[in-house]
Amino acid sequence: MAMTAATANLVELRNLKVAFDGVQVLHGIDLDVARGEALGLVGESGCGKSVTWLAALGLLPGKASVTGSVRLEGRELCGSPRSTLEQVRGGRIAMIFQDPSSSLNPVLSIGRQITEALAIHRGLRGEAAKTEALRLMDMVGIPDARRRFDLYTHEFSGGQCQRLMIAMALAGKPDLLIADEPTTALDATIQAQILDLLIRLQAETGMALVFISHDLGAVSQVCERVCVMYAGRIVEEGSVAQLFSSPRHPYTRGLFDAIPRIDGPRKRLIPIPGTVPNPKTLPQGCAFAPRCSRTTAFCETSPPSLLPQKDGRKLACAHPIELAVAGKAERKVPEDLLQ
Amino acid sequence: MTPLIEAKELVRIYALRHGPFSRPSFVRAVEDISLSVFPGETLGIVGESGSGKSTLGRMLLGIDPAQGGEVRFEGQPMPRLGTPEWRALRAKMQLVYQDPLAALDRRQTIATQIGEPLDIHRIGPRESRAGRVEDLMAAVGLRPDQAGSYPHELSGGQRQRAVIARALAARPKLLVCDEPVSALDVSIQAQVVNMLSDLQEENGIAMIFISHDLKVVRNLADRVAVMYLGRIVEEASSDVIFQSPRHPYTKALVSSMPIPGKKLEGRVILQGEPPNPAARPSGCAFHPRCPVARDICRTSTPALRSVETGRTAACHVVADNAAIAA
Repeated sequence: MAMTAATANLVELRNLKVAFDGVQVLHGIDLDVARGEALGLVGESGCGKSVTWLAALGLLPGKASVTGSVRLEGRELCGSPRSTLEQVRGGRIAMIFQDPSSSLNPVLSIGRQITEALAIHRGLRGEAAKTEALRLMDMVGIPDARRRFDLYTHEFSGGQCQRLMIAMALAGKPDLLIADEPTTALDATIQAQILDLLIRLQAETGMALVFISHDLGAVSQVCERVCVMYAGRIVEEGSVAQLFSSPRHPYTRGLFDAIPRIDGPRKRLIPIPGTVPNPKTLPQGCAFAPRCSRTTAFCETSPPSLLPQKDGRKLACAHPIELAVAGKAERKVPEDLLQ
Repeated sequence: MTPLIEAKELVRIYALRHGPFSRPSFVRAVEDISLSVFPGETLGIVGESGSGKSTLGRMLLGIDPAQGGEVRFEGQPMPRLGTPEWRALRAKMQLVYQDPLAALDRRQTIATQIGEPLDIHRIGPRESRAGRVEDLMAAVGLRPDQAGSYPHELSGGQRQRAVIARALAARPKLLVCDEPVSALDVSIQAQVVNMLSDLQEENGIAMIFISHDLKVVRNLADRVAVMYLGRIVEEASSDVIFQSPRHPYTKALVSSMPIPGKKLEGRVILQGEPPNPAARPSGCAFHPRCPVARDICRTSTPALRSVETGRTAACHVVADNAAIAA
């Protein structure tokens, strides 16, 4: 049983908890990433979506205390020595960040930065490394790669810097790419290009992808499965189709309602009242209870756990929204969301 | 009815020096822009970074002086930057920026800062100002006990509320909002957008709403102008502009917007980067990325002209099609 579970999933997080200076920000995350799958992680700022993966890869500063288990193909990463982690990071699991220009080195040429990654993770040197680097630059859509091999980061635009970051991340032929808000800092037309690129690369290389974003629209284009996080917990997990056609957690529903629509009649927006709770003074029960319209006395005292549902999704809510049955939905989801 | 604010053929050119001895290159940030906003109306301005939308906002307030063309506020020419007349006029037109933390003074309580415009413009008797600050805070949804808070003690959404309260203090007739909700989370963004539209309705303020987010703009604005490299390429009412975009750039912009639950397939994905404003392509600035560009687009700059009732566009192809249809 343990064997099959280990081979089915590439990465398994179990009860992952993180605290900064005694303030707990991640309250036990259980998450599986299967080989080649595209998983989305959505939530507002401070919900712990980035911290989850920084903790999993041992990238948090020393003052953070991380407990729980992170397994890559059954091998424990949490608490393992630096040498082990360094083989995994960049080699098996690569990560790209929101702001490409601050992740790239401004005083080294682009070619050198990509060949450095190739030397570390694949042992390529000299001409072989250069040829491979040019292939990667081509693959991520940098036009005229040969001529631009020796240019510096300031000579590339924001969208191209993100492409170069992706090329560096691919240098180690990772099994999993974690993209942390990769398109947030980019313009709309460039964002569409990068999303398109990620989808294409994932199909070509067969790697798994974890796409972290606050933008439900971007996530639904790239991912098959989505986890919604709130205040350091996963509150709902399911396929894109399930979540988008019939969100059951009131927070997921609220996120959808809060997005202004581009078509149909102009309507007043439906915000979620209140603000995200401070991790220092988290409510005793469900963290979303103070902002929720379905709260009962029960919600205020006992935090719900993430439980599997009949339709395959997981849900952490004592009073979820009923499954939308055609024609009987309480507030019907606009039709085109279902396409 | 005279427009509250009217801009005619505005031009703003920045000189860029790459080194101490190099010749400057010129960036035409805003080129030949004419627009007008009527009292109580909201004009949305959308475009990508480098399209000149923020520069345009600052020029409308007279913070960036126009190098060509003119701005008229209530029919009068905009006084020069820094003159007493300009300062007095600033009470009637206010600016809200993207980053509230940078717009607020970290060492003053928010009540002091919200009341500051009242002191600067000597509005109302001194004794009544505290009451006015309370009213303003209530209007933007801040609790009375938050009056003594410093900016770092508030959340991002609350800070932006404080900035908006300060902008409303002098009872302006025009509010220029430059990406006011872009830094906020979706759920908070909706709160601030609703609040802005309520405040505008109650006080009859005209608003110029600058943003890269088409969805937010569509929800707030009556009319929308789309900018590309310093020029307006299409302008129409917000009900129709994103529903049936005519200019190829507007089409691409609408198409590139991720919609929850919809796959990327079948969308127009623009190839190429937005060109550098310092090296503006000849003719129509959009032609290197345009899927329908013709020979004329490479050589002659299309003028913004009416293509149907209530819609203007700057595109040779759209203009030809409109002529055929007419």
